[in-house]
Amino acid sequence: MAKLYSKNPKQEQLKMNPKNETVDFLLSYSKALSVLQFNNMKMETLLN
Amino acid sequence: MQKELITDATLVSNYIKGDEGALGILITRHKQRIYSFIYSKVYDKDIAEDIFQDTFIKVIRTLKKGSYNEEGKFLPWVMRISHNLVIDHFRKSNRMPKFSNTGEFSIFSVLSDSALDAEKTLIKEQVEHDVRRVMNELPEDQKEVLVMRMYNDMSFKEISEKTGVSINTALGRMRYALINMRKIIDKHNIILTN
Repeated sequence: MAKLYSKNPKQEQLKMNPKNETVDFLLSYSKALSVLQFNNMKMETLLN
Repeated sequence: MQKELITDATLVSNYIKGDEGALGILITRHKQRIYSFIYSKVYDKDIAEDIFQDTFIKVIRTLKKGSYNEEGKFLPWVMRISHNLVIDHFRKSNRMPKFSNTGEFSIFSVLSDSALDAEKTLIKEQVEHDVRRVMNELPEDQKEVLVMRMYNDMSFKEISEKTGVSINTALGRMRYALINMRKIIDKHNIILTN
């Protein structure tokens, strides 16, 4: 049986990853974000 | 190896309790699947990156607010968020179609660069130089009004105050300045064109 040498696009897609900067941003965002509870309200604050 | 043993549910619960490192493990563990899923829908790395970021911003906010209650189903939950954001993206892009230069149509054929190229800059300089030469041929009073009006952008009221003549005289001088300039241009066969 003939071998198929063409690349399988699905396999290539599975190896895709977001940029490290995006992940770093998310981790920093998470550290900066805090939620304060005041009576029945929840307020978000971003500390830089 | 140790990291793999901790379940998503435990990591989520640790993160809610304040362990920021748990989020890093969760992202590292699932980023490839989530990002690939988004990319398989949008086929654009930058858009996939944006949606991936928005997905986790939503995840972080929900977890920090304590609104998350699906313990044990972390990945399907995140996948659903990203799926909804992909749908939002297509809804938005349908309302506002994006032009890309991959096809036969190029957006740059419609948008032109308004800056002058080297040739047009030279022509412009030549025309301005000729106009100044023609102006120098005018009588001093007419030239004065013309310079104040066209180069200093002054109103006829200001010109009349500065030169000490009435507005009508200033208007008349301007009119004669233009008539005389046209005469000089015709006489010397000067071609002023851009």
